[in-house]
Amino acid sequence: MDANTWKLIMTGATIALGGAVPALAIGLITAKAVEAMGRNPEAAGDVRTSMILGMAFAEAIAIYSLVIALIIKFV
Amino acid sequence: MLHISLAAEPIAHIGSFPITNSLALTWLVMAILIFLSVAVSRNIKFIPSGFQSIMEVLIDGLHTFFESVVGHQVKMLFPLIASLFLFILVSNWIGLLPGVGTVGFFRTEQPTEVTTSSEAHGEKEQTTGHLEETAEVQAAETESEVEFIPLFRGPTADLNTTIALALVAFGAIQFFGFKLLGKKYTARFVNFKNPIMGFVGLLELVSDVSKVISFAFRLFGNVFAGEVLLSVMAFLMPFVAPMPFLALELFVGFIQALVFSTLTAVFVNVAASHEG
Repeated sequence: MDANTWKLIMTGATIALGGAVPALAIGLITAKAVEAMGRNPEAAGDVRTSMILGMAFAEAIAIYSLVIALIIKFV
Repeated sequence: MLHISLAAEPIAHIGSFPITNSLALTWLVMAILIFLSVAVSRNIKFIPSGFQSIMEVLIDGLHTFFESVVGHQVKMLFPLIASLFLFILVSNWIGLLPGVGTVGFFRTEQPTEVTTSSEAHGEKEQTTGHLEETAEVQAAETESEVEFIPLFRGPTADLNTTIALALVAFGAIQFFGFKLLGKKYTARFVNFKNPIMGFVGLLELVSDVSKVISFAFRLFGNVFAGEVLLSVMAFLMPFVAPMPFLALELFVGFIQALVFSTLTAVFVNVAASHEG
Protein backbone atom coordinates (compact mmCIF):
# COMPACT_ATOMS: atom_id res chain seq x y z
CA MET A 1 0.00 0.00 0.00
CA ASP A 2 1.37 3.41 -0.90
CA ALA A 3 1.48 6.60 1.11
CA ASN A 4 -1.81 8.01 -0.16
CA THR A 5 -3.76 4.93 0.93
CA TRP A 6 -2.22 5.13 4.37
CA LYS A 7 -3.09 8.83 4.58
CA LEU A 8 -6.75 8.11 3.87
CA ILE A 9 -6.94 5.25 6.34
CA MET A 10 -5.17 7.17 9.10
CA THR A 11 -7.32 10.28 8.61
CA GLY A 12 -10.44 8.25 9.35
CA ALA A 13 -8.86 6.26 12.16
CA THR A 14 -7.47 9.38 13.88
CA ILE A 15 -10.77 11.17 14.14
CA ALA A 16 -12.74 7.99 14.89
CA LEU A 17 -10.57 6.98 17.84
CA GLY A 18 -9.80 10.51 18.95
CA GLY A 19 -13.46 11.48 18.99
CA ALA A 20 -14.88 8.40 20.67
CA VAL A 21 -13.23 8.68 24.08
CA PRO A 22 -13.82 12.45 24.55
CA ALA A 23 -17.46 11.89 23.61
CA LEU A 24 -17.69 9.33 26.41
CA ALA A 25 -15.94 11.73 28.79
CA ILE A 26 -18.33 14.57 27.98
CA GLY A 27 -21.28 12.24 28.49
CA LEU A 28 -19.99 11.23 31.93
CA ILE A 29 -19.34 14.87 32.91
CA THR A 30 -22.88 15.88 31.91
CA ALA A 31 -24.37 12.87 33.69
CA LYS A 32 -22.65 13.71 36.97
CA ALA A 33 -23.47 17.41 36.61
CA VAL A 34 -27.15 16.74 35.99
CA GLU A 35 -27.20 14.36 38.95
CA ALA A 36 -25.63 17.06 41.16
CA MET A 37 -28.15 19.64 39.95
CA GLY A 38 -30.98 17.26 40.77
CA ARG A 39 -29.70 16.70 44.29
CA ASN A 40 -29.09 20.39 45.00
CA PRO A 41 -31.07 22.70 42.72
CA GLU A 42 -29.81 25.81 44.52
CA ALA A 43 -26.21 25.22 43.35
CA ALA A 44 -27.31 24.69 39.74
CA GLY A 45 -25.51 27.85 38.51
CA ASP A 46 -22.15 26.86 40.01
CA VAL A 47 -22.51 23.28 38.82
CA ARG A 48 -23.34 24.48 35.33
CA THR A 49 -20.24 26.71 35.19
CA SER A 50 -17.98 23.90 36.36
CA MET A 51 -19.60 21.54 33.88
CA ILE A 52 -18.91 23.90 30.95
CA LEU A 53 -15.30 24.24 32.14
CA GLY A 54 -14.84 20.48 32.43
CA MET A 55 -16.40 19.98 28.99
CA ALA A 56 -13.95 22.46 27.47
CA PHE A 57 -11.02 20.38 28.69
CA ALA A 58 -12.51 17.11 27.46
CA GLU A 59 -13.52 18.58 24.10
CA ALA A 60 -10.04 20.03 23.57
CA ILE A 61 -8.63 16.52 23.19
CA ALA A 62 -11.17 15.72 20.50
CA ILE A 63 -10.23 18.98 18.76
CA TYR A 64 -6.53 18.05 18.87
CA SER A 65 -7.26 14.77 17.07
CA LEU A 66 -9.46 16.60 14.55
CA VAL A 67 -6.67 19.04 13.76
CA ILE A 68 -4.20 16.16 13.29
CA ALA A 69 -6.67 14.40 10.98
CA LEU A 70 -7.08 17.60 8.93
CA ILE A 71 -3.31 18.02 8.76
CA ILE A 72 -2.88 14.43 7.57
CA LYS A 73 -5.51 14.86 4.89
CA PHE A 74 -4.75 18.32 3.56
CA VAL A 75 -1.04 19.00 4.14
CA MET B 1 -13.18 21.59 -5.82
CA LEU B 2 -13.27 22.29 -2.11
CA HIS B 3 -10.65 24.76 -0.94
CA ILE B 4 -9.27 24.00 2.52
CA SER B 5 -5.98 25.47 3.62
CA LEU B 6 -4.59 25.04 7.11
CA ALA B 7 -2.36 28.11 6.85
CA ALA B 8 -3.59 31.61 6.11
CA GLU B 9 -2.62 32.77 2.64
CA PRO B 10 -0.91 36.10 1.99
CA ILE B 11 -2.97 38.46 -0.15
CA ALA B 12 -0.59 41.43 -0.27
CA HIS B 13 2.89 42.49 0.83
CA ILE B 14 4.17 45.56 2.62
CA GLY B 15 7.80 45.47 1.59
CA SER B 16 8.70 41.89 2.41
CA PHE B 17 6.07 41.50 5.19
CA PRO B 18 3.15 39.35 4.01
CA ILE B 19 -0.36 40.53 4.83
CA THR B 20 -2.49 37.41 5.21
CA ASN B 21 -6.25 37.29 4.81
CA SER B 22 -6.72 36.64 8.55
CA LEU B 23 -4.53 39.65 9.38
CA ALA B 24 -6.82 41.86 7.29
CA LEU B 25 -9.85 40.70 9.27
CA THR B 26 -7.98 41.05 12.57
CA TRP B 27 -7.58 44.74 11.73
CA LEU B 28 -11.30 44.91 10.97
CA VAL B 29 -12.16 43.29 14.34
CA MET B 30 -9.88 45.79 16.09
CA ALA B 31 -11.53 48.65 14.25
CA ILE B 32 -15.00 47.41 15.25
CA LEU B 33 -14.09 47.06 18.93
CA ILE B 34 -12.29 50.41 19.09
CA PHE B 35 -15.16 52.15 17.30
CA LEU B 36 -17.73 50.64 19.70
CA SER B 37 -15.78 51.60 22.81
CA VAL B 38 -15.09 55.15 21.61
CA ALA B 39 -18.71 55.61 20.52
CA VAL B 40 -20.11 54.53 23.88
CA SER B 41 -17.66 56.44 26.06
CA ARG B 42 -17.72 59.76 24.27
CA ASN B 43 -20.73 61.48 25.90
CA ILE B 44 -21.08 59.13 28.82
CA LYS B 45 -24.00 60.06 31.04
CA PHE B 46 -24.78 59.02 34.59
CA ILE B 47 -28.33 58.06 33.61
CA PRO B 48 -27.80 56.05 30.43
CA SER B 49 -30.06 55.94 27.42
CA GLY B 50 -30.11 54.07 24.13
CA PHE B 51 -26.75 52.75 22.94
CA GLN B 52 -25.03 53.32 26.28
CA SER B 53 -27.59 51.23 28.17
CA ILE B 54 -27.16 48.34 25.71
CA MET B 55 -23.41 48.37 26.28
CA GLU B 56 -23.99 48.61 30.03
CA VAL B 57 -26.16 45.49 29.93
CA LEU B 58 -23.38 43.64 28.08
CA ILE B 59 -20.56 44.77 30.37
CA ASP B 60 -22.60 44.28 33.52
CA GLY B 61 -23.62 40.78 32.43
CA LEU B 62 -19.96 39.89 31.82
CA HIS B 63 -18.92 41.39 35.13
CA THR B 64 -21.56 39.46 37.08
CA PHE B 65 -20.63 36.21 35.37
CA PHE B 66 -16.91 36.60 35.99
CA GLU B 67 -17.56 37.63 39.58
CA SER B 68 -19.33 34.32 40.11
CA VAL B 69 -16.34 32.46 38.65
CA VAL B 70 -13.38 34.35 40.07
CA GLY B 71 -14.56 35.96 43.29
CA HIS B 72 -13.15 39.10 44.77
CA GLN B 73 -10.29 39.51 42.27
CA VAL B 74 -12.66 40.30 39.43
CA LYS B 75 -11.79 44.02 39.58
CA MET B 76 -8.12 43.35 38.79
CA LEU B 77 -8.74 40.73 36.13
CA PHE B 78 -11.84 42.11 34.42
CA PRO B 79 -10.17 44.39 31.82
CA LEU B 80 -8.00 41.56 30.47
CA ILE B 81 -10.69 38.89 30.62
CA ALA B 82 -13.46 40.98 29.11
CA SER B 83 -11.11 42.14 26.33
CA LEU B 84 -10.14 38.56 25.53
CA PHE B 85 -13.81 37.54 25.52
CA LEU B 86 -14.94 40.37 23.24
CA PHE B 87 -12.01 40.03 20.82
CA ILE B 88 -12.41 36.25 20.49
CA LEU B 89 -16.21 36.51 20.22
CA VAL B 90 -16.14 39.11 17.43
CA SER B 91 -13.30 37.22 15.68
CA ASN B 92 -15.20 33.92 15.77
CA TRP B 93 -18.43 35.48 14.53
CA ILE B 94 -16.85 37.57 11.81
CA GLY B 95 -15.65 34.35 10.18
CA LEU B 96 -19.30 33.43 9.59
CA LEU B 97 -20.21 36.52 7.57
CA PRO B 98 -21.07 35.91 3.90
CA GLY B 99 -18.03 36.60 1.74
CA VAL B 100 -15.47 35.49 4.30
CA GLY B 101 -13.67 32.51 2.82
CA THR B 102 -15.70 32.63 -0.40
CA VAL B 103 -14.71 35.90 -2.13
CA GLY B 104 -11.19 35.76 -3.47
CA PHE B 105 -8.96 35.42 -6.49
CA PHE B 106 -7.00 32.73 -8.27
CA ARG B 107 -3.24 32.57 -8.18
CA THR B 108 -1.01 30.34 -10.30
CA GLU B 109 2.13 28.94 -8.78
CA GLN B 110 5.28 29.32 -10.93
CA PRO B 111 7.75 26.62 -9.87
CA THR B 112 10.91 27.56 -11.83
CA GLU B 113 13.12 25.05 -9.94
CA VAL B 114 11.09 22.03 -11.03
CA THR B 115 11.38 22.87 -14.77
CA THR B 116 15.18 23.33 -14.69
CA SER B 117 15.78 20.03 -12.88
CA SER B 118 13.49 18.18 -15.32
CA GLU B 119 15.40 19.70 -18.26
CA ALA B 120 18.73 18.45 -16.88
CA HIS B 121 17.23 15.05 -16.27
CA GLY B 122 15.78 14.97 -19.79
CA GLU B 123 19.18 15.63 -21.38
CA LYS B 124 20.78 12.75 -19.48
CA GLU B 125 18.21 10.26 -20.67
CA GLN B 126 18.28 11.25 -24.35
CA THR B 127 18.76 7.70 -25.61
CA THR B 128 16.09 5.80 -23.74
CA GLY B 129 14.09 8.53 -22.18
CA HIS B 130 12.13 10.34 -24.87
CA LEU B 131 8.90 9.15 -23.26
CA GLU B 132 10.23 9.95 -19.80
CA GLU B 133 11.23 13.43 -20.94
CA THR B 134 7.75 14.28 -22.13
CA ALA B 135 6.26 12.78 -18.98
CA GLU B 136 8.50 14.96 -16.86
CA VAL B 137 7.69 18.09 -18.86
CA GLN B 138 4.03 17.25 -18.33
CA ALA B 139 4.65 16.80 -14.62
CA ALA B 140 6.37 20.18 -14.50
CA GLU B 141 3.41 21.79 -16.25
CA THR B 142 0.84 20.30 -13.87
CA GLU B 143 2.98 21.54 -10.95
CA SER B 144 1.96 25.12 -11.82
CA GLU B 145 -1.58 24.63 -10.56
CA VAL B 146 -4.12 27.35 -9.99
CA GLU B 147 -5.15 27.80 -6.38
CA PHE B 148 -7.94 29.84 -4.91
CA ILE B 149 -6.92 32.52 -2.39
CA PRO B 150 -9.82 33.86 -0.28
CA LEU B 151 -9.59 37.57 0.46
CA PHE B 152 -10.88 37.20 4.02
CA ARG B 153 -10.51 34.54 6.68
CA GLY B 154 -11.67 34.46 10.28
CA PRO B 155 -8.84 35.73 12.53
CA THR B 156 -9.11 32.86 14.98
CA ALA B 157 -9.01 30.34 12.13
CA ASP B 158 -5.32 31.16 11.86
CA LEU B 159 -2.98 29.35 14.24
CA ASN B 160 -0.80 32.46 14.56
CA THR B 161 -3.62 34.46 16.17
CA THR B 162 -4.55 31.72 18.61
CA ILE B 163 -0.96 31.09 19.64
CA ALA B 164 -0.58 34.85 20.22
CA LEU B 165 -3.73 34.89 22.38
CA ALA B 166 -2.50 31.83 24.29
CA LEU B 167 0.85 33.53 24.94
CA VAL B 168 -1.01 36.62 26.20
CA ALA B 169 -3.00 34.42 28.59
CA PHE B 170 0.19 32.64 29.73
CA GLY B 171 1.95 35.97 30.32
CA ALA B 172 -1.06 37.24 32.23
CA ILE B 173 -1.06 34.18 34.51
CA GLN B 174 2.60 34.73 35.39
CA PHE B 175 2.14 38.50 35.73
CA PHE B 176 -0.82 38.25 38.07
CA GLY B 177 0.90 35.48 40.02
CA PHE B 178 3.83 37.79 40.74
CA LYS B 179 1.52 40.72 41.41
CA LEU B 180 -0.57 38.83 43.95
CA LEU B 181 2.11 36.78 45.67
CA GLY B 182 5.30 38.76 45.11
CA LYS B 183 8.52 36.75 45.14
CA LYS B 184 6.77 33.81 46.78
CA TYR B 185 5.23 33.02 43.41
CA THR B 186 8.48 31.34 42.34
CA ALA B 187 7.89 28.85 45.16
CA ARG B 188 5.23 27.38 42.88
CA PHE B 189 7.92 26.10 40.50
CA VAL B 190 11.14 25.78 42.52
CA ASN B 191 10.40 24.21 45.84
CA PHE B 192 13.09 22.26 47.68
CA LYS B 193 11.33 21.61 50.98
CA ASN B 194 11.02 17.95 50.15
CA PRO B 195 11.56 15.93 46.97
CA ILE B 196 7.82 15.54 46.40
CA MET B 197 7.34 19.30 46.28
CA GLY B 198 10.34 19.58 43.94
CA PHE B 199 8.66 17.14 41.57
CA VAL B 200 5.36 19.01 41.87
CA GLY B 201 7.20 22.20 40.92
CA LEU B 202 8.49 20.53 37.77
CA LEU B 203 5.00 19.30 36.95
CA GLU B 204 3.62 22.83 37.39
CA LEU B 205 6.23 24.13 34.93
CA VAL B 206 5.32 21.52 32.33
CA SER B 207 1.60 22.09 32.89
CA ASP B 208 2.00 25.85 32.37
CA VAL B 209 3.76 25.31 29.04
CA SER B 210 1.12 22.80 27.98
CA LYS B 211 -1.54 25.41 28.79
CA VAL B 212 -0.24 27.57 25.93
CA ILE B 213 -0.57 24.67 23.48
CA SER B 214 -3.95 23.69 24.89
CA PHE B 215 -5.40 27.23 24.67
CA ALA B 216 -4.07 27.73 21.14
CA PHE B 217 -5.26 24.44 19.71
CA ARG B 218 -8.64 24.41 21.46
CA LEU B 219 -9.59 27.76 19.94
CA PHE B 220 -7.96 27.11 16.55
CA GLY B 221 -9.38 23.60 16.29
CA ASN B 222 -12.93 24.64 17.11
CA VAL B 223 -13.01 27.59 14.71
CA PHE B 224 -11.08 25.94 11.84
CA ALA B 225 -13.05 22.72 12.08
CA GLY B 226 -16.24 24.79 12.03
CA GLU B 227 -15.06 26.50 8.84
CA VAL B 228 -14.22 23.15 7.23
CA LEU B 229 -17.62 21.80 8.27
CA LEU B 230 -19.44 24.79 6.75
CA SER B 231 -17.39 24.48 3.53
CA VAL B 232 -18.18 20.79 3.21
CA MET B 233 -21.91 21.30 3.94
CA ALA B 234 -22.12 24.16 1.43
CA PHE B 235 -20.28 21.98 -1.10
CA LEU B 236 -22.64 19.04 -0.61
CA MET B 237 -25.98 20.82 -0.40
CA PRO B 238 -25.81 24.60 -0.64
CA PHE B 239 -29.35 25.68 0.08
CA VAL B 240 -30.98 24.49 3.30
CA ALA B 241 -28.49 22.10 4.91
CA PRO B 242 -25.87 24.66 6.08
CA MET B 243 -28.41 26.54 8.25
CA PRO B 244 -28.26 24.41 11.42
CA PHE B 245 -24.48 24.29 11.06
CA LEU B 246 -24.33 28.08 10.96
CA ALA B 247 -26.38 28.16 14.17
CA LEU B 248 -23.99 25.59 15.67
CA GLU B 249 -21.03 27.76 14.69
CA LEU B 250 -22.60 30.83 16.31
CA PHE B 251 -23.04 28.84 19.49
CA VAL B 252 -19.55 27.30 19.36
CA GLY B 253 -17.97 30.72 18.74
CA PHE B 254 -19.68 32.12 21.82
CA ILE B 255 -18.78 29.12 23.99
CA GLN B 256 -15.13 29.13 22.92
CA ALA B 257 -14.78 32.84 23.72
CA LEU B 258 -16.36 32.21 27.12
CA VAL B 259 -14.18 29.16 27.79
CA PHE B 260 -10.95 30.95 26.83
CA SER B 261 -11.56 33.91 29.14
CA THR B 262 -12.98 31.81 31.99
CA LEU B 263 -10.06 29.40 31.87
CA THR B 264 -7.59 32.31 31.96
CA ALA B 265 -9.36 33.68 35.05
CA VAL B 266 -9.48 30.27 36.73
CA PHE B 267 -5.80 29.58 36.04
CA VAL B 268 -4.82 32.99 37.47
CA ASN B 269 -6.82 32.14 40.58
CA VAL B 270 -5.23 28.71 40.91
CA ALA B 271 -1.71 30.06 40.33
CA ALA B 272 -2.12 32.87 42.86
CA SER B 273 -3.58 30.62 45.53
CA HIS B 274 -0.39 28.61 46.02
CA GLU B 275 0.65 29.48 49.54
CA GLY B 276 4.01 27.78 50.10
